[in-house]
Amino acid sequence: MSTVRVLVGTRKGAFILTSDGKRQDWEVSGPHFAGWEIFHMKGSPVDPNRIYTSQTSGWFGQMIQRSNDGGKSWEPVGKEFAYDGVAGTHQWYDGTQHPWEFARVWHLEPSLTDPDTVFAGAEDAALFKTTDGGMNWQELSGLRRHSTGPSWAPGAGGMCLHTILLDPSDPQRIYIAISAAGAFRTDDGGETWRPINKGLHSLYIPDPEAEVGHCVHRIAMHPSRPGVLFMQKHWDVMRSENAGDCWREVSGNLPSDFGFPIDVHAHEPETLYVVPIKSDSEHFPPEGKLRVYRSRTGGEEWEPLTKGLPQEDCYVNILRDAMAVDSMDSCGVYFGTTGGQVYASSDSGDTWAPIVRDLPAVLSVEVQTLR
Amino acid sequence: MIRVELPAHLRTLAQVGEEVSLEVQGAVTQASVLDALEARYPVLRGAVRDPATRQRRALVRFFACQRDLSHEDPDTPLPEAVAKGEEPFLIVGAMAGG
Repeated sequence: MSTVRVLVGTRKGAFILTSDGKRQDWEVSGPHFAGWEIFHMKGSPVDPNRIYTSQTSGWFGQMIQRSNDGGKSWEPVGKEFAYDGVAGTHQWYDGTQHPWEFARVWHLEPSLTDPDTVFAGAEDAALFKTTDGGMNWQELSGLRRHSTGPSWAPGAGGMCLHTILLDPSDPQRIYIAISAAGAFRTDDGGETWRPINKGLHSLYIPDPEAEVGHCVHRIAMHPSRPGVLFMQKHWDVMRSENAGDCWREVSGNLPSDFGFPIDVHAHEPETLYVVPIKSDSEHFPPEGKLRVYRSRTGGEEWEPLTKGLPQEDCYVNILRDAMAVDSMDSCGVYFGTTGGQVYASSDSGDTWAPIVRDLPAVLSVEVQTLR
Repeated sequence: MIRVELPAHLRTLAQVGEEVSLEVQGAVTQASVLDALEARYPVLRGAVRDPATRQRRALVRFFACQRDLSHEDPDTPLPEAVAKGEEPFLIVGAMAGG
């Protein structure tokens, strides 16, 4: 019998939601690390009981926790994220240069092949890697040392590296995204990087088509077609057919093309999910209606998914790492809100129900399908 | 022995009670007390002060004997009552609104 495990990071702790393959009845475990911000939790694809967690606090800094038993018990591992060499500077809000300063880990991406290897996306933007199960972290500094680095600037939420996509067909290829520098790709395992922002058009920067400076909110791919990428940008939903070399807009008939998460159906590489948000100044669903939008055509044509979701007076947000899909035969889709609800659909988004309603604000949602 | 009182989150991390007792070699200062604390409880390294610069984290405060010692030089001797173990050295999470 399959089991589905949903890993939920919130402003005040971690929660683990578990169900059988029917996904109707859920067991809730938590809060783990009560009172701490849990930016992200993710399990190893090759050893699902190995889970890594980014536990942070404005008071007490960064912790990385590791579980070897599916989240039943945890041990703190290495938490020193030192920038390689002289950290240098990047652009600050007032236009001056500001030293690179580590604040927190936004995203942990375990290797597709080795449970001891994990990539970590940090604020201020940098990519770190461990090969010993999180005990020691080394920066892949070729990214931060890109010639455009001094011109990178934070968005309102900080200069965070929030997306890490590992290409299952090419271990040397990694995609990352930074708010607000844009998307980058390495084809040599992280030594060198190139911006992949051609085709993006952002009216909130001086040159709307600049090489860097775009506020990319999230990138997604389907593992069967790793060269096809989908992006939710600050505004605009985008698509690339060529590993990010160029992008085209596929916002189509969305009621708003502002939003944070984007994800791809587990079995249908052209089926996408986004959650439109009214605007960059009003971070809640248009008209107070919480609607996931699904495209079965790889973008452009979108349909609202509303059954089981609140359709009046709903003013929550869904953050960039707070949506995930499982790989059950009938694909499950999950997302968490800043209002503390975690919604689940076991039928590709046709119908929804809350698993929990009253958690702290949800920062991240990941799903493990255990067979 | 030097008595150090920890805030709740750090007690959880270190798996200790409200107060720990530490042996401190030489002069009893903020720096030497924190050195001893981090040596005894490595999980707290980086949670009170930056591991590289050894600067106090911005939202951590140090109190003792009804005084705020947060802005004292880390190598300044702590009050005698702390050095004698009569009073605890308090590590406090700063107040935050909201």
